[in-house]
Parts: sequence; C-alpha cells; structure tokens
Amino acid sequence: MVSAGIIKTEWVKEKLKKYGIVVVLFLMIVGLTLAEPNFIRRTNIFNILTQASIFGIMALGLTFVIISKGIDLSVGSILAFAGVVAASLAQSPLATNKYYPNLGELPLLIPILVALLIGLSCGAVSGFFIAKTKIPAFIATLGMMTIARGFALIYTNGRPISNLESMTVIGGRVFGVIPIPILVYAGAIVLSWILLNNTKFGKNVYAIGGNATAAEVSGVDVDKNLIMIYAYSGLMAGLAAVVFAGRVGSVHPGAAQMYELTAIAATTIGGTSHSGGIGTIWGAFVGALVLAVMRNGFTLLGIDAYWQQVTEGAIIIVAVIIDMRKNARKD
Amino acid sequence: MSAESNLLEVIGVVKKFPGVLALNNVSLEVAPGEIHALMGENGAGKSTLVKCIAGIQAPTSGRIVFKGEDITEFTPKKALDRGISMIHQELSPVVHRSIMENIWLGREPLNRFGLVDHKAMYRKTQEVLAEIDLQEDPRTLMENLSVAKMQMIEIAKAVSYDAKLIIMDEPTSALTDKEIQQLFRIVRALRDKGKSIIYISHKLEEIYEITDRVTVYRDGTYIGTERTLDLPVQKMINMMVGRDVDELFPKTPCPIGEVKLEVRNLSHARFFRDVSFTARRGEILGIAGLVGAGRTELIQTIFGIYKKASGTILIDGKEVEISSPKDAIKANMALLTEDRRTSGIFPMLSVRFNMTIASMGQFMNRVKLLSGQKIARKSEEYRKSIHVKTPNLEQKIMFLSGGNQQKVLVARWLMTQPDILFLDEPTRGIDVGTKAEIHRLISELAGQGKTIIMVSSELPEVMGMSDRILVMCKGVATGIVENTPDLTQDTLMAYATNTMNQETA
Ligand SMILES: Nc1ncnc2c1ncn2[C@@H]1O[C@H](COP(=O)(O)OP(=O)(O)OP(=O)(O)O)[C@@H](O)[C@H]1O
Ligand SMILES: [Mg+2]
Repeated sequence: MVSAGIIKTEWVKEKLKKYGIVVVLFLMIVGLTLAEPNFIRRTNIFNILTQASIFGIMALGLTFVIISKGIDLSVGSILAFAGVVAASLAQSPLATNKYYPNLGELPLLIPILVALLIGLSCGAVSGFFIAKTKIPAFIATLGMMTIARGFALIYTNGRPISNLESMTVIGGRVFGVIPIPILVYAGAIVLSWILLNNTKFGKNVYAIGGNATAAEVSGVDVDKNLIMIYAYSGLMAGLAAVVFAGRVGSVHPGAAQMYELTAIAATTIGGTSHSGGIGTIWGAFVGALVLAVMRNGFTLLGIDAYWQQVTEGAIIIVAVIIDMRKNARKD
Repeated sequence: MSAESNLLEVIGVVKKFPGVLALNNVSLEVAPGEIHALMGENGAGKSTLVKCIAGIQAPTSGRIVFKGEDITEFTPKKALDRGISMIHQELSPVVHRSIMENIWLGREPLNRFGLVDHKAMYRKTQEVLAEIDLQEDPRTLMENLSVAKMQMIEIAKAVSYDAKLIIMDEPTSALTDKEIQQLFRIVRALRDKGKSIIYISHKLEEIYEITDRVTVYRDGTYIGTERTLDLPVQKMINMMVGRDVDELFPKTPCPIGEVKLEVRNLSHARFFRDVSFTARRGEILGIAGLVGAGRTELIQTIFGIYKKASGTILIDGKEVEISSPKDAIKANMALLTEDRRTSGIFPMLSVRFNMTIASMGQFMNRVKLLSGQKIARKSEEYRKSIHVKTPNLEQKIMFLSGGNQQKVLVARWLMTQPDILFLDEPTRGIDVGTKAEIHRLISELAGQGKTIIMVSSELPEVMGMSDRILVMCKGVATGIVENTPDLTQDTLMAYATNTMNQETA
C-alpha cells in the first residue's frame, strides 16, 4: 500500500493545481497591500468589485458558452445595443436632447426588462444559427458582434444617450454602503451557479462540451440547449448593460468595445477549458477578480496603462498553460 | 528459463497515479517466439504495464529489461526503435487518410528532394500487407475499413517496424469469430518467425487457443505465471478474481408478455434492407452476425441515429416516428452504443456525471432542482453492484481502465430503467467476474417486463442470455431462431454466413 505521506503530498499537489489561481490572487492581494496599504481599504475593495461587475457578469454567461466548447464574441456589442435602447427609455424628462422627446418618465423596470430582452434575443439568434446551420460559434458570434454594434449605431445615429436619472440609481449604494452593481453581480453569480450545478440544463452544458455525440445519444437536445446557452450569454450581456448604464449615466453606441475579450480572459483565467466540458462559476468570479485587482493595483501604484495591457496578456497565456497542464493529462 | 534467454523482463515495476497504485512490484518474463497472455480483472494494471513497456508512460520505479538492456528512456519512439510495437486497446487511426499514410505516419519515405515519395510508400505498403496476407489497396481510406480491417492494419504497422515484441491490448474486443481466426493466423505466423507477442484479452477461449503461457495480475500485484495448457479454467479465474465464479450467468426464465416493439420492413440506404422482427415484454432478443452485418446500424436506426430509408416501427402496436435519439428516449428506449469513445464517455467529466447524465430526471427535488445527494446515492449504489474500480466517483472517467469505463456506461443505461433497452456489445472488455454480474442485472430487467435487444459478437453470451436470436448477414436478416437447448453455434454461424442450406443438406 502507498504510505499516507505520499498520498498527502499528492493531495497537496492536486489541490494546488486546482486552486492555483486562488493562490495567485491571494499573493497579488498581499503584495499590493504591502506596497500600498490603501489597497485593502473597504472603499477600494468595493471599487474593485464594482469594476469587476460588468465584465464579470459577462464572464458568467461566457462560462456556459465555453464549457459547451463554444465562444461568444458578441457580448460587448450586445451590451452597447441593449444599453442604448434601455438608455433611450430612461432619460430624465428634463433632459435636453431626448431620444423620445414626448416620452414621460417610465418605471425603472421597463428599460431594465428591455435591455435583458434585447440581450436574450441577440444571444438566441446567434445560438439558433450555431445550432441549426452548424456554422462555427466563432463565426456566428463574430457576425453578431458586428450586427449588434451596427444596430447600436443606427439606433443612436452615432450619438451617446445621456441624462439617465432613473437608471443611475443602479450605480448607487444600498444603505449608502454597498454599491448596487456588486449586489447585481452577486445575484448573477448565484443564479448562474444554480443553473450550472443544479439543473438539467447545466448538466447538458457540460455534456455537450464533453462529448457532443455522447450527449445526443444520452437524450440531450443539443440544438435546443445550444440556443439556450447563447441566449443566456446574451442575457448576461443585457444585465451588464443595465449596470453599465447605471454606473456611467450615459451610453455611447461605441461603448464596451473589447469587453468580450476581457470577459473571455476572466473565464479562461478562472480555469474554464476551451476544449470543453470543464469550468466553474466560481472560477469565472476568481478570474474576473484577478483582472480587476491587477488593473486597480497598477493604477494605485501609478504604473503605466500600456504596461497594464502587456501584463494582462501575459497572465492570460500563463493561465491557459497551467490550465492545459491540469486537464490534458490523458496519456 | 534463464534470464539471458528472455526477450523481455519486467522486474519489480511500480506505477503510481494520483490516489491510485496501479502496479505494485509486478514482474513478467517473455521468451523469444512465445505468445504470452497477460490476464487480470478490469483495473488490474495490464494496460498500464504494457504502456510502460511501449514507452507511452514511465514506471514510477522498477526495471524493464529488453534484449538484456535496461530501458531508461520511455518514449514511444525509442520503444519502436528498439523493436517494441503496440496495438492499442482503443484504436486511434487517422480515419480520413489512406492505409499507407497511416502505416508510415511520422516516417514517410522521402524522395531525393525531401518530399514524400508516394510511389515508394505504396510499394512498401503492398509488401507489408502481403506479409500478413491482407488484400487491400494501400490507398483505401481508413474510414472505409471495418474495425477488424483497421485492427489488421495496426498489425501491419507493427510488422512494418520489424518489431521483435508486439503487444496486443484486447485486439479482438471488436471482432467476431471469423475475423478473430484471421487475426490468429497472422499472430501464429508472426510467432513462427520468432517474434514475441504479449496478448491481453478477457475472452478465456482465446487465451487457451493461442497463448503459450499466462501471467496473472490482481489489483496491481503479480499472482503467477503458468503454461497455458497446464492451467485449468477455474484455476485461472481463481487467480484473477481471488474466488470462484461462473463464466456466464444463465438467464433466469421469466414470463414473456405481449409484443412491445415491432419493426416492419425497415431499410437503410446503405447498411441493411427489409428487416422485420418483434420483441416482447420480458424478452431478451439477441442479435448475432459478423462484424459489418449491419447489426449496430440496425439498432442505431431504430434509435433514430441513422435515418431510415423505409419501413415502420411500432411500440405497443402503435406506429411511432423516431427521427432522433431524443424521440427514442421519449418513447422510453435506451441504447448502450458500441463505440465507447466517440459516442459513449465524457472523458474529462467525473465517473458520477458519466453514470447519471441520462437519468437526471430522476434526481429532481421538490423545487425541480437537481439533488446532489440523490445523485450521489444512486451512483454509489451502482458502483458497488457492478464493481467499478475507481478511487472515488469524482475521478475523471478517462483515468479508469477500459473495462471500468464500460461498466460505467452499462450503469448509465441500466439506471434509466427504460422500457426497451438496446445493448451493443454490453460486456466488451469486461472481466469474467463482472460479466456474470452484468448478465444478472440484464436478466433482472427482463424479469421486470422490460424488452431487451442485445447485439453481441460473443456467441456464448448471445446463446446464454437470449430467448430468441435474430441473425444477420450482409444487411439481411437471415433468420430468427428460438434459443432452444439444441441450438448450436454452427447453426448460428450458418445463418450468419448465409449458408444454411449447405448446413442442413
Ligand atoms: N492516467 C491515469 N490516472 C489515474 N489512474 C489511472 C490512470 N491510468 C490508469 N489508472 C488506474 O490504474 C489502474 C489500472 O488500470 P489499467 O488500465 O492498467 O487496467 P487494465 O488491467 O488494463 O484493465 P481493463 O481490463 O479494464 O483494460 C486502474 O485502477 C485505473 O483506474
Ligand atoms: Mg486495459
């Protein structure tokens, strides 16, 4: 029999591999705190989480997509499209350049629902084409990325929509303490976690990414589930649009460019595997935190924003290398 | 046998994986010109050992001595250069390419410009194929070959390396008797040329038919080596399992009810035509035939994987339209597919996930969410009953031995409790001990009034389990016979080769 000691070291190695990124995050936090004690203050922590919330919410949807062995490049554009339409329904009655000059003040719920609906629909359309025509997800969502951006520009004629009095509530705080974006993010995490772990849909996502043929034979309706996966990713982009509008107070049709890549990066850093079948919501959260902490830390330390980009890229590559070593050990 | 005269010696080899001690101080001696069987239950460590010998993985400790030389560097390339070649348990040909490209993959003959010399490749392939007596055009694409032929091509590849030692890990698991005989002819011819063969199989008849000596492992430990002829079956099984078991589980008779499934004149554009049969509640209908007879395609068409060209399917006397596996599952059918890797396992996912994915509906709690507890309880129950060897249910299925992966898939489908269960080679690669247990579970399902349709290339299994047997030959149902005690394998083979008339004449 193997001695307990060997099993123990193996266990440690295994856990390190599994939670390596958490260790990295922890070291980053310790390092930054030592370098700049202000880093660990509550306001700054809230800052980081608020910053993480927008691409973090998108990363949740992308986790489903990437586990199913797909990709979604359209979420940034969907954010912009859903954002401008929602914004046009949330302008304060006194705003000067109103999109709908005669529109009174609508209940806040309406622009929110509209944003979610637009996100969901755009995602469902991508999903439909991926499922029914079998075109690669990369192509379908690349198309959707351009189309949604186009619609955002057409809708606004290229101009930003501002004076979103009612929506800025979402950028505010509960009890004047906890920023609402963080709460929205937390809610989205819980929802995604339950969906992925405790519903048939979630299991199907893993099955499709793990082996689509076997999934089909096991009775998984692959087409339907693909549509649902991309619709969920779109929905999360719509939710991100709401948070975006709330925080910024205006939405530009060119907003959130490249956000999809940040979201993909967060998901990837968190250990979701692009070869499908592997990934967790928890990982997407940690991944988003790693990026947000890094950005925040660089700013605090006054490091050049351009170097920030270089480092971010390097981290993504290293994360994927670690991830591949962890998963691709099949002999 | 003295140490110098052995071609291969394995001395005290240990192999550890995280949480698993796959080999614990095992040994093995292979003489030149012998066919040496390596036997043991699923997960005993057979594949692990031969992978070490073939340089696919390195042992944790211990010595492997080949031609008197210690192997220190473990890579497949080095092993091939030394003269060790392996035919894998799971084939992995490059299916879209030709036979010759597959054989010379990675060492293509080049012309003087450094480009691939297709003419030389063609000629050399012809030579190799002739050596093992196989008539195929070297330019044929792999995907157009039957599994049996692919297996032969793998052997041709081994021969082309001029290997001294050829390792065969369950080479016959996808073959039927006729093809096995062809394989054996080649294997014997290789032995007569002085080559050594390590032969792994769970089919005891084969071990007795072709091997000279047997080494048995159990749970990663060495149990013993004997001359095959001196080793009675029960003793061999006892060495493997550590107790006595019956080789096959005889079907328990149970009352047979009304017709559940009826297939009328079902045809497929390519694979079979005009097949009709019925299957009743509580009945086990065996489907026999040679590889390529269209058995797998027949049940996959009924299940909606392939598109039928014509014909009707009735369940409980009512016509049903099944155009996808989803429809089939709605009609309460289930299918254990033949190809474990492409349509069976989710390699990166856990044993538990793989077992329960088709039965998720059973695990909902009151608020329609999946209950981890229920999933855990059920999978644990099945793990115990069919002896899945795994450190825990969270283990990724790709780290299980071949036979244990198969057990997980069997569990997946038994768990769904379908009305009609199609089993395609259900016990492929499963050890003798567990085979009987799976037969018992299948029998039990039939006893509950389920309808079972089982394709198997092993005639003893078909004849041991079935109430009736449908025999196919080249896409045609040549007969449906009652499985009476006087039914012989010869009669079945006559149907399978469509030579009944000669037989009875
Ligand atoms: N890469 C791996 N990681 C973890 N465990 C492994 C790995 N490969 C094999 N094992 C374990 O080692 C043990 C021996 O496996 P092996 O494949 O050698 O069995 P086997 O004798 O060939 O069985 P079978 O008859 O089912 O093919 C099994 O318990 C298996 O789960
Ligand atoms: Mg094996």
